[in-house]
Amino acid sequence: MSLDTTQEPMLQVSGLHAYYGKSHVLHGVDMQIMPGEVIALLGRNGVGRSTTAKAIMGEVAPQGSIRFRGQEIAGLPNHKIARMGLGYVPESRDIFPTMTVRQNLMLGIKNMRKPGRWSIEQMLEMFPNLARRADNAAGVLSGGEKQMLTMCRTLMGDPELIIIDEPTEGLAPLIVTQVGEMIAEIARAGVSILLVEQKLSIALKIADRVYVMGHGEIVYSGTPAEFATRDDIRKEWLEV
Amino acid sequence: METLVFALLNGVIYGLLLFMLSSGLTLIFSMMGVLNFAHASFYMLGAYLAFTIMEGTSFWIALFLAPVLVGLVGMVVERYGLRRVHAQGHVAELLFTFGLAYLIDEVVKIFWGRTAVNYRVPELLDFPLFTLYGAQYPAYRIFILFVAAFMLVALWYLLKKTRAGLIIQAALTHPHMVGSLGHNVPLIFMSVFGVGCALAGLAGVIGGNYFVTDPAMAVQMGPIVFVVVVVGGLGSLEGAFVAAMLIGLLQTSAISINASLADIFGFLGLGPHTEVGEITIASMAPMLPFLLLVLILMIRPRGLMGEREV
Repeated sequence: MSLDTTQEPMLQVSGLHAYYGKSHVLHGVDMQIMPGEVIALLGRNGVGRSTTAKAIMGEVAPQGSIRFRGQEIAGLPNHKIARMGLGYVPESRDIFPTMTVRQNLMLGIKNMRKPGRWSIEQMLEMFPNLARRADNAAGVLSGGEKQMLTMCRTLMGDPELIIIDEPTEGLAPLIVTQVGEMIAEIARAGVSILLVEQKLSIALKIADRVYVMGHGEIVYSGTPAEFATRDDIRKEWLEV
Repeated sequence: METLVFALLNGVIYGLLLFMLSSGLTLIFSMMGVLNFAHASFYMLGAYLAFTIMEGTSFWIALFLAPVLVGLVGMVVERYGLRRVHAQGHVAELLFTFGLAYLIDEVVKIFWGRTAVNYRVPELLDFPLFTLYGAQYPAYRIFILFVAAFMLVALWYLLKKTRAGLIIQAALTHPHMVGSLGHNVPLIFMSVFGVGCALAGLAGVIGGNYFVTDPAMAVQMGPIVFVVVVVGGLGSLEGAFVAAMLIGLLQTSAISINASLADIFGFLGLGPHTEVGEITIASMAPMLPFLLLVLILMIRPRGLMGEREV
C-alpha cells in the first residue's frame, strides 16, 4: 500500500510509560501509524507489546502522550477512546459466551442510529462459519471462530484504527491462515491496523512497517523488506 | 386444602416480594463482586418515602415517585461513594455498604422517629377481593402480586430482549471489553445500582404497608434477602427467582402448619409433652431460610444456579 507520509499520523505515541503496580513495564515507547497503514508490533513474550496495546486503549494507566488524529487520548476512559474511532481486539478475545453470535455482533455497534461501514448481515456473508452458528451461543465456537467473531464484533463499531493483540495465539495452522486473510481483508477496506503478533510469517506478509520491542521500548522500526535483511535484530530481539 | 391454597397464595406473594429485593441485590453483586449490605435499607427508605409522599398526595403518586427517589439516591451513592471506594478493593466496598446501612437507619430514625409509622394500605385497595373457603382474601395482596409480576416481566424483557439489556449483561461479566466496544460502563454501573435500589424501594412501597414500616424493617428483611441471593447463586437472576419463590412458599407454608414435632416424629418415641415435642412447625418458620442457607452452602456452595462459589 502506498502511503502519503505528508498526512498527519493517525496515531502518534510518544514517550509512553506504563506500570503494573511497582513494576515499570513500558520505558518510553515511541511509534506512529499513518492512515491506512498496517503496523506489526513484534517482540518476545513479556517485552510489553500487549501492555502497549492496553495503554493506548486506556486499559492500563498510561504516562506520556498518545495522540489519535491529533487529539490527546492518554488517560481517557476506554469507551471514549473507542468512540473516537479506535477498535481493540484483545488477546483474551472476551466474547460474551452466553449470548448468540448475532447478539455479540450487535453489541459491537456503538450507535444503532448511525450504522457504520459494516453490517451484521455483511459480516455473516463474509464468514460463513459464523453465519452457520449465528443463533448459537458464542461459547460453543472453536478458537478460530471466536477470534473471527471478536474481530467482526470490533469492526461493527466502524473503527478507523484497529488494534489486534495476538490473533493467532493457540490456533491451528489452517485457521491461522484464515485469520491472516481476514486481517488483510480489513486492511483492504482502508482500516489502519496495529497488529501485535509473534508469528513473523503472518506479520511480515500483511504489514507495511514493523516495530520490534525489547525491554519495554521500541528497538527497531523499518519496512518488512528492510527487516528481512536484519538478521542481527531478529537474533537479538526475536529468537528464543 | 384450605390451608394449602392460602399458604400457596401468600407464599407466591411473599416470594415475589423477596425477588423484587433480591433481583436488585444480585445484579449489584454481579457488578461489584461483593454483597451490598445496605440493600435492605433502600427497601426501608422506599417504605418511609412512600408514607410521606402518601400523606401529602396519594398512594399512586408514592408508588411511582418513591422508587424513583430511592433509585436517584442509589445512583448518587454509586457515583460519589462506591465508585471511589471501588479502587480500594472489596473489603473497603463491603465496609462502605455496612456503614451506609447504619447511616440510612439513623437518618430514618431522625426524620421519622424510632417507632412504626402509620403507613396504611390505600382505601381504594382496602377491601376483600374474594371469599375462599369462607375466608376473605384482601385485594391489596393481589395488587402486590400484580405489581411484582409486572416488575418481573419488565425486568426479564429489559435484560433479555433489548440491546440495552444485553449491554448490561455483558458489562456485568466483561466490563473492560464492553468499554472497549464504546459503551459507557461507569454509566451502566450507576444505572444498574440505581435500578437495583429503585426495585428495593418499590418493594418497600408495596411491602411497607403489608408488613410494618418501622426502623427495624431493614434488619428484619436484610438477612432473608441475602439468603435468597446465596441460595439462588450469587449473580444469578434466575436462581434468585427460584430461591425467592422457594423461601416464600417454605416460610409461609411452615407458618400455617400447626403440627408439633411430636406429631411428626411421634413414631420415633418423641412425646407430645416433652420440651422438644411441643415445638410447633409454625414456630420454626423464621429459621427455615437460614437452615436452607446452611444446607446449600454445605452441599452446593455456588447456590442453585450460580456460577461462582461464595
